[in-house]
Amino acid sequence: MSNMGIEFKNVEKSFFRDDGSEQVILDKVNFKIPAGKTTVVAGGSGQGKSVTLKLILGLMRADGGQIFVGGNDITMARGRTLKELRTKFGVLFQGSALFDSMTVFENVALPLRERTKKTDNEIKTQVLASLDQLELLGHENKFPAQLSGGMRKRVGLARALQLEPEIMLFDEPTAGLDPVMTLEIYQLFAQLQEQVGYTSIIVSHDIPKVFNLADQVMYLNHGSMDVFPSPDAMQWSQKPHIREFVKTTMGEIYQSHLVEQ
Amino acid sequence: MQPNIITRLGSTGLSTVTDLGRMGMYLLQMIQGCFRFPFRFSEFIRQMHFIGTGSLVVIFFTAASTGMVLGLQGYYSLNKFGAEGMLGSAVALTLIMELGPVLTAIMVAGRAGSAMCAELAIMRISEQIDALDCMAVDPFRYFISPKLLATMISVPLLTVLFDVVGIAGGYIAGVYLLGVNPGSYIDGMQTSVTNHDIWLGTVKSFVFALLIVWICTGRGYFVHVIKGAGFGARSVSKVTTQAVVYSSISVLVFDYLLTAILL
Repeated sequence: MSNMGIEFKNVEKSFFRDDGSEQVILDKVNFKIPAGKTTVVAGGSGQGKSVTLKLILGLMRADGGQIFVGGNDITMARGRTLKELRTKFGVLFQGSALFDSMTVFENVALPLRERTKKTDNEIKTQVLASLDQLELLGHENKFPAQLSGGMRKRVGLARALQLEPEIMLFDEPTAGLDPVMTLEIYQLFAQLQEQVGYTSIIVSHDIPKVFNLADQVMYLNHGSMDVFPSPDAMQWSQKPHIREFVKTTMGEIYQSHLVEQ
Repeated sequence: MQPNIITRLGSTGLSTVTDLGRMGMYLLQMIQGCFRFPFRFSEFIRQMHFIGTGSLVVIFFTAASTGMVLGLQGYYSLNKFGAEGMLGSAVALTLIMELGPVLTAIMVAGRAGSAMCAELAIMRISEQIDALDCMAVDPFRYFISPKLLATMISVPLLTVLFDVVGIAGGYIAGVYLLGVNPGSYIDGMQTSVTNHDIWLGTVKSFVFALLIVWICTGRGYFVHVIKGAGFGARSVSKVTTQAVVYSSISVLVFDYLLTAILL
């Protein structure tokens, strides 16, 4: 199981809009993401959930504070150190981010070709095996534009898993998918996490379905991050903005649950 | 109202300085990317084919028509002084020192520069560049620096082609259509064009190539942070237009500066 946890210490991030006003995304935020577990990050649109992921990856720089990835401060990492830290990550992007001028096979083989010294035959065997695992065999010569949304997500997942990541980041993994496909993707996540044992961070709007996977839940709202040790703890929270969120996303059934308590 | 104007002025000033700094760093990274191992030779060849071979036809026709127009125009002017024997040197000097490098650069900016910009911008907004970063694959080494090298090699070669075709065009218009003596056309060219003139044209074409690839790929690469570019498809179209306009204008400005400094 992965031993790469993540810790935010007094992290600040804000943006300036075109009109010159400031939008605070993270306001001296502190939290820990436990290693080998699944953490779900929830929050309204435009609150900065994807920005939080980019900060973890070092794709964006924080305005202040420290972000520790497996004990290394990624805000201070540059060049080779940053490159080495990034090899620990696997990312499934919101729009899959597949290279649209490459076939499915080439997409999945890219990290192996670029980051390992494996021979073409070894790469072929490994890529075909993971395409088989994700039920994509027979589609390896297609281009991303010829695939459905769900298939693209699976290709993105196959690509992200090639270098055996210790931390997997999922940015809205089920956005734009139908309910059946959503369920399939979640089952796949649960299976893979069991097999690989990575630390998993899922940014999602898909509440409460995604809660089935969650060990810890975080809620980002106007620059502050509320951390709950379990989905249940979030549902029973008495904070007004959390109550409002739970009520909107999960409906009255959870309200009555609370009344019974 | 007054503070609002000052705020806007300050904000525009800040974003311009940020933009320039960003582009400066980008240029450095592009150059560094050329020296990172392993070099992607296949991507370099693909880009050479796209920028170089792909531009052959458009360069050929532009050069032929420019040369022929220069032949006609030059004959008309020189004839007034009875100096039509100088037509060869007039056409050759104009092409080698000015029109060859400038027109080649502008045609390449319009044809290949816009495509490079749009490609990078789409890769940026669909998070493909982020995906490369996340796999710890350097996007500069992987596909940006090969574009730099391919443009730096293709543009001077296309400029040579432009010069040759243009001079031939001038010859056709002058000798075959207007009856200028073929010997004086060739001889005038040989005696008046010096190595310095050719060197000036070559320096220009290298500088223009750098400007095109730097500005065009840079606009695409930074599509997500360029102030006022907007989002999605509209941002791609906006930065692509900017890329062609900015690179063409800088080619013209640098043409003047280089001529003034090196002539």
